[in-house]
Amino acid sequence: MSDSTSILRDQVAQAAGRSSPLRIVGGNSKHFYGNPQPCEYETLKTGIHSGVMDYAPEELMLRVRAGTPLAEVKSLLGQEGQMLGFEPPDFGGNATMGGVVAAGLSGPRRPSAGSVRDFVLGITLLTGDATVLSFGGQVMKNVAGYDVSRLMTGAMGTLGVILDISLKVLPRPGEELTWCRRADAAADESLLGQLRRNGLGLSATATVGDRFYVRASAEADVEGDVVDGALWDRLANQQLSAFEGGNLWRISVPRTAPTFMEQAAVVEWEGALRWLLDPAEDPRQTFAGAGVSGHATLFRSDEGDRDDRFHPLDPLVGQIHRRLKQQFDPVGIFNPGRVNWYSNAN
Amino acid sequence: MDQPFDDDAALIDVYSPADGAREIQMTPDKAAFVKALHSLCGDNMITDSARLAVYETDGLTAKRRLPWIVVKPGTIAEVQAIVKLCHTHSVPIVARGAGTGLSGGAMPHDEGVLLSLARFNRVLSVDEAGMTARVEPGVTNLGITAAVQHLGLYYAPDPSSQIACTIGGNVAENSGGVHCLKYGLTVHNVAALKVVSPEGDIYDLGSEALDAAGLDLLALMHGSEGMLGIVVEVTVRLLARPPSVCVALAAFADVASAAKAVGDIIASGILPAGLEMMDQLAIRAAEAFVHAGYPEEAGALLLCELDGTPTDLKRLAVRMEALLRDSGSTGVTIAWDEAERARLWQGRKAAFPAVGRISPDYYCMDGTIPRRALPDVLNEIGALSTAFGLRVANVFHAGDGNLHPLILYDANKTDELQRAEAFGGRILELCIERGGTITGEHGVGAEKIDQMCIQFTDDERTVFFGVKACFDPTGILNPGKAIPTLSRCAEFGAMHVHRGQEPHPELERF
Repeated sequence: MSDSTSILRDQVAQAAGRSSPLRIVGGNSKHFYGNPQPCEYETLKTGIHSGVMDYAPEELMLRVRAGTPLAEVKSLLGQEGQMLGFEPPDFGGNATMGGVVAAGLSGPRRPSAGSVRDFVLGITLLTGDATVLSFGGQVMKNVAGYDVSRLMTGAMGTLGVILDISLKVLPRPGEELTWCRRADAAADESLLGQLRRNGLGLSATATVGDRFYVRASAEADVEGDVVDGALWDRLANQQLSAFEGGNLWRISVPRTAPTFMEQAAVVEWEGALRWLLDPAEDPRQTFAGAGVSGHATLFRSDEGDRDDRFHPLDPLVGQIHRRLKQQFDPVGIFNPGRVNWYSNAN
Repeated sequence: MDQPFDDDAALIDVYSPADGAREIQMTPDKAAFVKALHSLCGDNMITDSARLAVYETDGLTAKRRLPWIVVKPGTIAEVQAIVKLCHTHSVPIVARGAGTGLSGGAMPHDEGVLLSLARFNRVLSVDEAGMTARVEPGVTNLGITAAVQHLGLYYAPDPSSQIACTIGGNVAENSGGVHCLKYGLTVHNVAALKVVSPEGDIYDLGSEALDAAGLDLLALMHGSEGMLGIVVEVTVRLLARPPSVCVALAAFADVASAAKAVGDIIASGILPAGLEMMDQLAIRAAEAFVHAGYPEEAGALLLCELDGTPTDLKRLAVRMEALLRDSGSTGVTIAWDEAERARLWQGRKAAFPAVGRISPDYYCMDGTIPRRALPDVLNEIGALSTAFGLRVANVFHAGDGNLHPLILYDANKTDELQRAEAFGGRILELCIERGGTITGEHGVGAEKIDQMCIQFTDDERTVFFGVKACFDPTGILNPGKAIPTLSRCAEFGAMHVHRGQEPHPELERF
């Protein structure tokens, strides 16, 4: 529970002076995600910068330092009957809020409640020239200046060190139940339509093997067996056996697209998120074809040296990425190589 | 292709109208530009001052400026060609939708091209199963809902100008509305954009998938006020209509107790679809105008809309009514049927024109504050109102702390507009002091440029310029808006310090 801004700033200033790369680490729970980085990189530990700065349940607003553990935040919100709407995974329990926002990974509630960036109201950022800047704020609506806070969400720490984050939080919904039944694409799709039309609090879906799981308001009358809702946490953290393999690909597509629907080991997000295990070919080739939208990420890999894990960008969009990287981190010290968005190959 | 301008004399006619109202210094480069632009646009190019005057202002009518030229392309290829030409000749471009913006974001550049996207008014496709619609940027906000309502779907953000404002403009300003607390702003409801770069190239951001590769440039584009790229296609997310809706109208003795009720409702775990507040002046103006049945003696009133399943809603309505009464409400009415709900909303929706009836002019502000600061800030606005000698009506999105103080003035009276603007500036500074922001949903535009100097440091504003340069290295897109230069802030800062030494600082600018 302390403000370590000056320590972090000094470390960044020194690293920038030496042009020496920094690996930004919170709880190190997502070490597997992104391209591998050389172990000789110096570590910048954001875990030392922790603590809740402001929490006003009646304002639906939480401001925390980056090193604050996700588990602590969940417990704090739980005491007030509130939650993080995007249900982030914690990958083993050590995740920090800075890492949650930097990685931008959302959980099962994402299609109905929104993604990490949807809840980000503001951030304080430490840039590559060791200045501390604030963007956004603590209020729900704010259109002053460009939305740099949301730009930092999911940037994998490559544009700066997130020092603190202000988030919108949500009241927990009324009682929810999880049902399980035999997967049947047409019947499942029709069930989702019915739940949406009737406002029955559809809040998560998953198809795992031949089973279809759905979470909705207890008021909903879903045909199927009521099962333990702890499933969703295990799903978000990929603790189900269906995820076990060498190369796990995360495929993000329009919910009703046919892309990899048959091959997917697990389908979440009402169809919009699909997980592929050890495909024979690089799934990104599929997206090269006209009319196939979406993207693929090599999420976990047992090939430690794979450094092309993220989807290639459109050349123009790639050019804007390189300029933004240059703008925020001119010396290139933050998490170099962790993503492959800034290379000229894009 | 026709070459209508085959000599310089004809060219001069294009931008020197018969009435001689405007004179633009013509250089050979500008002459060549006009000629080339005309060959691209033909009849969809406006250069005479009478027709240009239509475009001299947007919803912020206090700021007016004639554009040099207006063009109204009809295809993306035409937009690309126009933008490419402007880029080659370093001519500024200001994109414009319906011109309903309230911060002067679409105020023209007097040596630039105003790019009207009004002809881009088609809904291109609706994906019922995927719950998205692909539309052109000139489609109105309400036009989207009109195109999908037969499917039981709607587009959620609902700015008050929704009958006229375009989705392209909504993206540029990241528009909100009365249902943002639960359903979000424009940025939360747009899946993808097709963007023309300042070089005239085209790229896509986002897709119908729930996330995209790389940095979140889609979010960055929202609220960027036409300064990063020109949006030529928008894919919006649609929602299913809630099965059941009710609206509560609660009267309070004063604004402070109404503000406390708002906090109590949200702390109780209820997330209202809409939560609006009006103060006494606004209530009386609205009641006199539309006779919505508002209690005129009330010091403040709250409108609280809930939606959900019929069973859930009955339970919630009972809880909400109890909460409102416990928070000191002097009277609660709950409307269930559509006609009755519409009647209750009517007063709120007509509040701005209603205020327009009791004053020749009004100036609408848009600051947002943490809700807990509401009673204090409203008291201080009251004190400022006395100091400036101008009345103020408060109508606002209480659920998310987004204030819309309406400053009443008469533009025909000496210095009243200037006083209103100074008063407005003080309100925005007050919002910053209380941990809020100078604009919740209207944008900075040409209006709040000076207050940007207070809300952000030099370093932060330098980053904004840097971000713009990543998208628009030559700076031709909507130059001069939204982000003040360091020298402008230095001047403003100097004025600020000086003012602070005066007994009535807010009156000292003139």
